[in-house]
Amino acid sequence: MRNYDEETLAVLLRTLPAAPEAWVKAAQEIPLARRGLDDIVERARADRAFREALIDDTESTLEEAGFDHDPAMTEAVREHLSS
Amino acid sequence: MTETDAQLVARCRLGDDDAWRELVDRFSRYVYAIAVQAFRLPEADAEDVFQEVFARAYQNLPKLRDDSAIRPWLAQLTRRLCLDTIRAGAREQPGEIPEPVGVDDTIATLDEALYVHEALEALPSNCQEILDRFFARDESYRNIGDALDLPAGTIASRISRCLVKLRAELEGRNTVPAESGG
Repeated sequence: MRNYDEETLAVLLRTLPAAPEAWVKAAQEIPLARRGLDDIVERARADRAFREALIDDTESTLEEAGFDHDPAMTEAVREHLSS
Repeated sequence: MTETDAQLVARCRLGDDDAWRELVDRFSRYVYAIAVQAFRLPEADAEDVFQEVFARAYQNLPKLRDDSAIRPWLAQLTRRLCLDTIRAGAREQPGEIPEPVGVDDTIATLDEALYVHEALEALPSNCQEILDRFFARDESYRNIGDALDLPAGTIASRISRCLVKLRAELEGRNTVPAESGG
């Protein structure tokens, strides 16, 4: 069994710095992207009325646009709109 | 009790978005470190590899034969994509481009570092936070003190106490870190 003295632990903890937050977030959103998040964000950028409707009522606007009720998607769209 | 890799993968297979977020969180440092430390990719290339690794992992997770083998599987996938990136950047040069020297040793160290990091997650959250900020994020005592609302003069002793707890946690484990292999 390896002797994990303080110096060894310090070296090993330093060896794994956090990946950039934006990279991690993008990877975490892969399931949402596959379900259409990228298209929604793109349309919200291009279509002001759609964007305002999303800001006003994200959930209903997504349902009207043909997306099934999906709390994770709703939350992700809200995050993108506020960023 | 921290969920095992196999349990986490099993939840991902069921389409659990929270499980996928957790999986990315658990292995993001590892994939990142392979790209930038073992293969020394520039940041932009490392980002492409990082996203492609997780995109392919998401796509191919149902094909994984052994759920507990997710870490070596990700390591192999990252290695292959890093090498593809290096080869694509050197298209004009004839001949096979070998892996950089020392990749196996670096990944072995990263395997052990991940093992220690997993043990860290079993510690109280204040210890996780303070050790991660100091060692992995390279924050100063002052910044840590400000962020955690602690006197800067107590940070060194808190780090030392948390390292003792981490050592005890590791000594309490009967396993040794498995290597991803070459």
